[in-house]
Amino acid sequence: MAKYKTEPLKCWAKAKELRDKYYQDYATAHERGGIRWTGGAWSFDAIPYGLGDDVYPITGEPYAASIAFNKEFSLKCMEATEAKGWARDLCSYMRNYWGSMYLNKYNFGGPYPKPTFAFQDHICCSHAKWYQVVAEHEDIPYFNIDVSVGPYHLIKDNPQKIKYIVDQMHESIEFLEKVTGREYNDDKLIEAVKTDMRSTSTWAKICELNKNVPAPLEEKSMYSFYVFGTLSKAKKEFADFYDELYDEVKDRVDRGIAAVANERCRLMSDTQPPWGFLKVFRYLEKYGAISVGSLYTFGLVGNWEVKKDGTWGARETYMEKGIEINTRDEALTALADWTLSRPEWQHFYDPGLKTEMMLRIAKEWKLTGVMLHLNRGCEGLSTGIMENRLGLVESGIPVMTFEGNMGDEREFDLGRTMTRIDSFMETLDLEPISAD
Amino acid sequence: MFSKFEEWYRDRHDYARAWKEKSSGKVFGCFCSYVPEEILVAANILPVRVLGSHEPQDVTEPHLFGMFCPFCRDVLAQGLKGRYEYLDGITLAQSCIHLRQAYRSWEQHVDQPFSYYLPHPMSVQSPAAVPYLREELENYKKAVEEFTGSKITNDDLDRGIRILNENREAMHELYKHRIGPEPKLSGKEAMWVTVSSTWIDKEEHTAEIRRVLKLIEEREMDRECGAKLMFVGSENDDIEFINMVESVGATVVVDDHCTGTRYFWNSTADDMNDRIEAIAKRYVERPACPSKDHPVRTRFPHILKLAKDFDVQGVILIQQKFCDPHEADMVPLRKYLEENDIPCLFLEFDVTVPLGPFRIRVEAFLEMVGEEDLF
Repeated sequence: MAKYKTEPLKCWAKAKELRDKYYQDYATAHERGGIRWTGGAWSFDAIPYGLGDDVYPITGEPYAASIAFNKEFSLKCMEATEAKGWARDLCSYMRNYWGSMYLNKYNFGGPYPKPTFAFQDHICCSHAKWYQVVAEHEDIPYFNIDVSVGPYHLIKDNPQKIKYIVDQMHESIEFLEKVTGREYNDDKLIEAVKTDMRSTSTWAKICELNKNVPAPLEEKSMYSFYVFGTLSKAKKEFADFYDELYDEVKDRVDRGIAAVANERCRLMSDTQPPWGFLKVFRYLEKYGAISVGSLYTFGLVGNWEVKKDGTWGARETYMEKGIEINTRDEALTALADWTLSRPEWQHFYDPGLKTEMMLRIAKEWKLTGVMLHLNRGCEGLSTGIMENRLGLVESGIPVMTFEGNMGDEREFDLGRTMTRIDSFMETLDLEPISAD
Repeated sequence: MFSKFEEWYRDRHDYARAWKEKSSGKVFGCFCSYVPEEILVAANILPVRVLGSHEPQDVTEPHLFGMFCPFCRDVLAQGLKGRYEYLDGITLAQSCIHLRQAYRSWEQHVDQPFSYYLPHPMSVQSPAAVPYLREELENYKKAVEEFTGSKITNDDLDRGIRILNENREAMHELYKHRIGPEPKLSGKEAMWVTVSSTWIDKEEHTAEIRRVLKLIEEREMDRECGAKLMFVGSENDDIEFINMVESVGATVVVDDHCTGTRYFWNSTADDMNDRIEAIAKRYVERPACPSKDHPVRTRFPHILKLAKDFDVQGVILIQQKFCDPHEADMVPLRKYLEENDIPCLFLEFDVTVPLGPFRIRVEAFLEMVGEEDLF
């Protein structure tokens, strides 16, 4: 008999509809006289919203992840990229994206919709180079903002670091006006910055609810929701959706609804999953194990802070704190400050910071162990991962590793991964739960 | 003529230990060629570029995931094996993620009295880059002053700038002797000079170049020049490889490496009141590492100009396995050079290189390069 009650999430259909609409809106933007732009999931997507309400982004990482889920098309994309001479060990998101561009095929039907401009951030080695190639191939203008000024604890009291980013942001607005011929609207920018804060803070609140036992969400489902923060943090519809999702997940907690009916072992993963093989997460359920999230799922989109009681909670927005944002410069400064504090941005500079955050999650989310995906597809999020492993092991946390690739199925061995999970479960004294 | 440089290249650690004993000064390990050595020299510190040893090793596996570049693993191995035990400090100037990991693991597992992560702008083409780097360099200067207990004055900075510039100038003069039908030094000899310049006391190094420059005009080379080649890639200090290339009918006459021309090509202005800004400007405007070369590819015309100025017949594109920044440049760079009638050979490097197979490929490349002469 199941240990906990469980039930499907009510907002699935809406999530699917919103995601489909995002990709269709992008594809059809020009038909409505709108603007299409491309860039990364790390981009300051609030800034182009100052060009108007008819501005539609496509962010490379989630788009490439959706290609990876479509294994047949992904293979074609990889091969198209390799045929151009690019190395197989480059970022697999980038290779999927480039392949779609080279083949002139959109993963959601029709030809690859050419963007008007590329707008990117740079924190990992691939970020700026990715859209450099896109801009050259598509012959479109490109702007890139370097954000690699160090971890947030060194940034917040160093105005020159924020200024460097804000100066580039100001420069980027001049670029946007020039390449689109549109006048920039600061009110829309301010609104978009506030929406970014609302959506990323709410996502953190949703993740925080998973501290409960049983967890109301498991990570495989969370991927379907966190994605909105990677598609566009500053989009009102997505922020509104997160508000609805929060209410539903809170209700599940209040009623004791579990994501996994026989939850008895709580894990976290790390880095992007192998998108074509999310069944790995379902396999855990055989043992009553659940992945309740990860630094990646919590902290790529979600914004956090240490609360008075010393635990992690959603970062209070400027609006909640009563801080006014009235000018372009204030909006850009707020956006830089807000964005650079997100947890997943910290580890690029020091694996010690990531280990610290992982240990915090292990404690506060009451974890039994950690599954580290040694992700050959992403050098950025795999940075320092072996030091993270050492740090967790030294702190007494059971750790399993499995090697794979988030976007290139040729570098993932499902059978071998399942076997490693079996062994890991055995070390945790867990037997498969009998079907009856 | 170049035996001193060869000795310095070979006995780098002995040199640093002896320097330290002789001068009672401090020695800093530099991760990446973006570390502002002017500031270190101003503080009477010997900057030493940390490079690998080109030996198979088994100490970095627990620290670095295998998909990161062999160079960063080789660098970390040197620290974990205690080969740089004489260092008083280390500094990473931010460039690629790969080397950053080697630095962080080194910092964590090798006892080091001083360690500094220097954030360095990646968007060097932005007008915001120089003012930002200026502030970061000011912070670095303060940290060095605190560590040494001595203030770095403008006179000190002037001295640091002068010493670095003199070495750069001497290197340029030496490189001029690689131009023309009969270069006066081989690529291997040039590599001894350029790579050793990254860890030898600059004044001593400059004096040795000056000594060589007095003699080089009269030098009779005891080898055929063969095809004139250029090396392009990230770090490359592989003497075995360049020796092999030059043993099969070629001379390497110029390079675009961070252990080569990118390290010394431009100077720091010595007439600016704000010395730190002058240094910032130098590092922002130097020939870019591909990790910083965006949105415009400034490297390509620079490489082409070098190839033309040194009249090269072909380019060997050297790629450290898994090096993302260079991988993201190689395809368009090769196309660009070939469109400009410069044939290219692409080779992927690991900690050690397969000299036999590479020899066959280089020989085939040289045959192709020399095709016009044959027919």
